[in-house]
Amino acid sequence: MTDWPILSTVTFLPLVGVVLLLLMREDGANGRRNILNISLLTTVATFLLSLLIWYGFDNANPGFQMVESHPWLGTGIGYRVGVDGISMLFVILSTFLMPFCVLASWNAIEHRLKEYMIAFLILEVLMVGVFVSLDIVLFYVFFEAGLIPMFIIIGVWGGKDRVYASYKFFLYTLLGSVLMLLAIMAMYWDAGTTDITKLLAHNFPPQMQMWLWLAFFASFAVKMPMWPVHTWLPDAHVQAPTAGSVILAGILLKLGGYGLLRFSLPMFPVASDFFAPMVFALSVIAIIYTSLVAMMQEDIKKLIAYSSVAHMGYVTMGIFAANQQGVQGAIFQMISHGFVSGALFLCVGVVYDRTHTREIAAYGGLVNNMPKYALAFMVFTMANVGLPGTSGFIGEFLTLVGAFRANTFVALFAATGVILSAAYALWLYRRVVFGALEKESLKSLLDLSGREKLVLYPLIAATIFFGVYPAPIFDATAASVDQLVNHYAVAVEAAHKVAALVN
Amino acid sequence: MIAETLSASLHLTSPEISLGIGALVLLMVGVFAGNRSAGLVNSLAILLLIGVAAYVFVTPLDGLAFGGVFKADAFARFMKIAALLAAIVSLFMAGLRAKAEQIDQFEFPVLVVLATLGMMLMISANSLISVYMGLELQSLALYVLAAMNRDSTRSTEAGLKYFVLGALSSGMMLYGMSLVYGFTGNTGFAEIAAALSAETRSLGFVFGLVFVLSGFAFKISAVPFHMWTPDVYEGAPTPVTAFFAGAPKVAAIAMLARIVSSAFGPVVHDWQQVIVFISIASMLLGSFAAIGQTNIKRLMAYSSIGHMGYALVGLAAHSVIGTSGLMIYMAIYVAMTLGAFAIIMCMRTAEGQPSENIEDLAGLSKSNPFMALVLTALMFSLAGIPPLAGFFAKYFVFVAAIEAKLYALAIIGVLASVVGAYYYLRVIKVMWFDDAKGGFAPASAGLKLVYGLSGLFVIAYVLFGSILGDAADAAAKSLF
Repeated sequence: MTDWPILSTVTFLPLVGVVLLLLMREDGANGRRNILNISLLTTVATFLLSLLIWYGFDNANPGFQMVESHPWLGTGIGYRVGVDGISMLFVILSTFLMPFCVLASWNAIEHRLKEYMIAFLILEVLMVGVFVSLDIVLFYVFFEAGLIPMFIIIGVWGGKDRVYASYKFFLYTLLGSVLMLLAIMAMYWDAGTTDITKLLAHNFPPQMQMWLWLAFFASFAVKMPMWPVHTWLPDAHVQAPTAGSVILAGILLKLGGYGLLRFSLPMFPVASDFFAPMVFALSVIAIIYTSLVAMMQEDIKKLIAYSSVAHMGYVTMGIFAANQQGVQGAIFQMISHGFVSGALFLCVGVVYDRTHTREIAAYGGLVNNMPKYALAFMVFTMANVGLPGTSGFIGEFLTLVGAFRANTFVALFAATGVILSAAYALWLYRRVVFGALEKESLKSLLDLSGREKLVLYPLIAATIFFGVYPAPIFDATAASVDQLVNHYAVAVEAAHKVAALVN
Repeated sequence: MIAETLSASLHLTSPEISLGIGALVLLMVGVFAGNRSAGLVNSLAILLLIGVAAYVFVTPLDGLAFGGVFKADAFARFMKIAALLAAIVSLFMAGLRAKAEQIDQFEFPVLVVLATLGMMLMISANSLISVYMGLELQSLALYVLAAMNRDSTRSTEAGLKYFVLGALSSGMMLYGMSLVYGFTGNTGFAEIAAALSAETRSLGFVFGLVFVLSGFAFKISAVPFHMWTPDVYEGAPTPVTAFFAGAPKVAAIAMLARIVSSAFGPVVHDWQQVIVFISIASMLLGSFAAIGQTNIKRLMAYSSIGHMGYALVGLAAHSVIGTSGLMIYMAIYVAMTLGAFAIIMCMRTAEGQPSENIEDLAGLSKSNPFMALVLTALMFSLAGIPPLAGFFAKYFVFVAAIEAKLYALAIIGVLASVVGAYYYLRVIKVMWFDDAKGGFAPASAGLKLVYGLSGLFVIAYVLFGSILGDAADAAAKSLF
């Protein structure tokens, strides 16, 4: 068991599915079904296997576990993977969401199903790879390579303005990342290694930390996305197919937050401390401003996209509060947002598949003929608002507590976002689900099919389970977060002492 | 004594000598058998080049020949193999398309072999005189190749343009060399370096240096001496363009690397700023000017200008890791470019007419998924997106630039690569997002093999890249 490279197996298992798909032919109903079955089996198998990671994970150990290390490309670049409390749950989240993406695409994708599934499976490899990488160049390779399948997914299977959206997505994120690449190189020359475990122990000179922090922030802020570099997200979300939106909101956005936790905070503590007020300001603006923008949207997907930006504002706020509650809350918020926003996009997909429109004005009164759908949509809307008893509450609450300890005013302003999110989410729900069923086109809609129940009900269960009993997640993250926060506090204090001595 | 040094020299230059003799034999075969023998001569030329490449690969030659004008070392061996492989693949592709491109004369392979011989001499040249000889041997053969299709006005125009501008640049370089000789009193690289470190360099020498570098910039089509590139790439027959884009660039970069690191090593600050400037200018121009192109050969021309800029980033760093990055960059660049040109050669309508517009690729992912997949991988690789080979090429040159503290160069470089990504994405967009127009005639098996291998290379580099990287590391050390 100990020698078996489980992380690499989980990471690269979807490639087996890719190979099988390449051998398939996509003609006729049988070919289609084969492709769907293979994709579903691969993603489910990957998920089940990834549960072994959680099972074998030692909650008490704050360091990296299940580490594998092999020489790879020379000049110190190695193939190193491992998980700790911060990354482990993201691996599970990624593998967990993939089967839903396959199910969501069951009928929605009418042409080029094979290429579509191949793109998704490759994307899964790359996303899991990002979270397990323990070499910073390997991390960058996985981080950037994800652009390729996502570009193709948005561009080929997207909506009307797909070309514009795919370009914007690709170039925006690439522009953010290339500066991080230079920072990675500079770190290599300063520390003499690209091994993340060694880089975490290395003390970068304070002056250099500032530049490195800014370069990393450029990349992660675009990826999160933070205000004001969030504008690619609504476009990408609106144009992407449903499953693409799920992955985008559920996992790709988490890469930014994960990067801040893995690199910015522990490796550049002095710079993080210095820039924290700026991050707080941007987070608060993101929470309030994008919530207001969300309220005025006429497109359901765009509304959810803006609400994602607002929710990511809580994450950045919690991370840079840099205390136990803030960081724990940020991780929890990311996990919870992963399946809540994913589920919201799936809900949109359900009605979009039937009516082929995302205009809010085109809907109304769905509760009358789609009661089950109305219930599912309600649970996720409430989770998005942060109602106690759903998973959305815990993350929001903890990040606010963390922010309150760090800076009262930040918490004050951010808390208004809770009200605003209730405003736009409930208003959306009222306009889509309640009211009289007057529109002719909606009268014939059927309620959830068996497949759609299979997609939405497990997510409802997860939302409520983690809302009532969040302990499994906190147990897994506690040790690593403790270590991160303590290490950060010590480093910042040392820097302050040096500064005091100099003055 | 003389006989001993002569035999040692002959031994060190044996690959070049066999190539030269082989070229003459091929010429004889062609002359006596007439034009029918074009195909035969082509095959023999490929065999000859393969033989020489294998010989260079298995026999590590090290030392100075003919009184120090010729240097065989690990660096030369790496670059010679790269240039020879590029020439072999180009000649192979040319053989497949010779009839259609009207370049099926027996002179064609002979000229390619002679140009390759010139390149090998350039790579090993260790004095100003031998640099110039190798360069001219190569250039004169290339001028003729550009104008090979005599019935096409575009081809002859390309040849003439290339000749006039090439002759101008050769003249500038020669003038620069005479200044360098005049102010240092030597033509050998080692002696020039010794003279430069003995006393402070004079202003006249700097003039000479700039002229020499301008000449080189022309040969590698770096800004501001790039103007010929798009026209020649577009006008010359496509197999010739494929040859131009690969081997001569390797040779010219190798020659430039050797002259600046050995002869001008002591005055690194004088040439470094020039290299940094042409590198930045090439990266920027290559990125911005390509955006408006509709012809894929012109697009590749601007792309190659940009890529030379990136390669020069490694040279500007002036370190072992920079030179090794430069060598990796050139090897990967050649593999990508040849694959891209193999696909361009497959772009023919069902009637056999070549189509060179990017728009003609519309819907390729449906009509020919394999070709579309390879071209997609190549375009992402050219754009420098991981995990493809092009990313690692950029990684190794930029890591050297960061070490040398050339931050402005590195930052402008990566930003230019984002702009460059835009036009590579456009090719991908046309293939995947647009609806199919006509589709192309079926590709020949040989071209399929070339682009298949090229695609495999850029994808599999992530697994086996350390082999190339180790070889380049070892070779780069021999230059310092």
